[in-house]
Amino acid sequence: MSATEQAANNAPVIEIDGLNKWYGAFHVLRDINLSVDQSERIVICGPSGSGKSTLIRCINRLEEHQEGRIVVDGTRLTNDLKNIDAVRREVGMVFQSFNLFPHLTVLENCTLAPIWVRKTPKAEAEAIAMEYLERVKIPEQAGKFPGQLSGGQQQRVAIARSLCMRPKIMLFDEPTSALDPEMIKEVLDVMVDLADTGMTMLVVTHEMGFASQVADRVIFMDEGQIVEQNTPDEFFNNPQSERTKLFLSQILSH
Amino acid sequence: MTHEPFHRTHDDMLSERPAPLATVGVLGWMRANLFSSLANTALTILAIYLLWISVPPFLQWAIFDGQLYGEDRFSCTGDGACWAWLDQRIGQFLYGFYPSEETWRIDLALVLLFPALAPWLMENVPGKRYMRWFSVAYPFIATFLLVGGFGLTEVSTDDLGGFSLNLVVGLSGIVLSLPVGILLALGRQSRLPLIRWFSVIFIEVVRGVPLITLLFVSNIILPIFLPADVALNSVVRVIVMITAFASAYMAEVIRGGLQAIPKGQYEAAQAMGLGYWQSMRLIILPQALKISIPGIVNTFIGLFKDTTLVIVIGLFDILGIARAMVSNPDWLGLSSETYVFVSLFFFVVCYAMSRYSMSLERKLDTDQR
Repeated sequence: MSATEQAANNAPVIEIDGLNKWYGAFHVLRDINLSVDQSERIVICGPSGSGKSTLIRCINRLEEHQEGRIVVDGTRLTNDLKNIDAVRREVGMVFQSFNLFPHLTVLENCTLAPIWVRKTPKAEAEAIAMEYLERVKIPEQAGKFPGQLSGGQQQRVAIARSLCMRPKIMLFDEPTSALDPEMIKEVLDVMVDLADTGMTMLVVTHEMGFASQVADRVIFMDEGQIVEQNTPDEFFNNPQSERTKLFLSQILSH
Repeated sequence: MTHEPFHRTHDDMLSERPAPLATVGVLGWMRANLFSSLANTALTILAIYLLWISVPPFLQWAIFDGQLYGEDRFSCTGDGACWAWLDQRIGQFLYGFYPSEETWRIDLALVLLFPALAPWLMENVPGKRYMRWFSVAYPFIATFLLVGGFGLTEVSTDDLGGFSLNLVVGLSGIVLSLPVGILLALGRQSRLPLIRWFSVIFIEVVRGVPLITLLFVSNIILPIFLPADVALNSVVRVIVMITAFASAYMAEVIRGGLQAIPKGQYEAAQAMGLGYWQSMRLIILPQALKISIPGIVNTFIGLFKDTTLVIVIGLFDILGIARAMVSNPDWLGLSSETYVFVSLFFFVVCYAMSRYSMSLERKLDTDQR
């Protein structure tokens, strides 16, 4: 590997400097600095209202920020629509409430963006979609509508749908929070498989088992700030801040 | 007293049994829907009684005692309906004052309407792509047929009348008001203030004024503002005004549908990199329009019936012809017959729209199958 390639591989894919965001007068994100490397897996946790979802939604500009610099895959997010579109092509997102398109079949959900955004020919887009539906283990549901699937199946389709754009980065916004307990595992399994492929992942979740198994780094947020970040081992076994300790005692107590 | 153990298992699953006989079939249906309670039974009997006192006398009047032929109303001597005018006046009711040797052109335009609509209304139409080109060409073909020129005898649009005028104005209004209504609904939600204000003002002003006023305005006020040598065709003016009126209503119906779409749908479309028009066309509008179908068809039906208001600017649609006829000494006092006849035309078209929209709703229902 040449020196320049080495440098390119080591360059962070997401750089966030001095990010501040307000909802009206409410200061929701305060001085966030975060740099994410290629293939890094980050789990973000924290109490509700801590700004963790808002943070990852800033990365694909579902939320505008007022101060600071966000650079994703070399593209700086500004009001420039061209830049926003460029970032969104490379960043996939999975939502808590799946947000599948109910009027389209599973296959059409998966091929829509490749066909209309990437201009992939339909046959090729369908082949890619089937490949990813197989990876999330539901190719047999391709012809059904989302309303006919269980929550776990819907979320797996949503993951496949994002992957069909062949993104460089995947954002997960509490992907298992809306699921019945018996379906959480099937979704987490898919996410673990995805992590094994070297995908760069930012995951907002309360699944601490997933965090310790998969994450390279765990970030704890509270009141719009990054309070603590560490390897999962250190984070769970040796938390530094009082607020982290309190949070962990609350979510791990039962 | 023996207690059963708390811990129990049930290993052999129960097999299916047919439903009790009294709940299935015709008898079951009648029991569930007509005679389920004392009140329901009373209502059923009352409904049968009302039908009994209204339907047979009507049929007696309209059909069994009805008289089909005659010179004028005085040749109708029986107690029943006098349909003698149909024979002489049916042409006017259908075609207005259109030259009778040219009415085949209206018939042809009506026949061609079906292949023009088919690719939009039906799913399995062979050669859909080419059919759609025909649909796009249809308005021009129909205009050519109705107005003439290029070898066909020219007919003034003022001669257009009867039910064909209702159809021309109604269909044009329906086809135009949907896209205009969609644009206004989107405009009302636009982030650009100029577009938003224009949409809001247009919707509120046009919706807040009676249609008759708009038609008068188009007839009397517009020519004052337009240069003297620009004479807008009166049928075109009516179509413009009715379209404007219906699209203001349409916009609000569609806005209701747009508001029912969860925010997550917009976000998912955005996150995938779809642009505004792409997400509207592919994600948001298909869902919003589906929800709005009842309201949209409601507006269509209202629009179609409003075409009878063209009488206020001197055009003779089917209702205008009917009114003219019942004040004609030869046929004086036949208003029941004529208005029953006219109502039938509107009812058939409106009921067809209603049935179609219901089948469309069922077809598009992908949520819970």
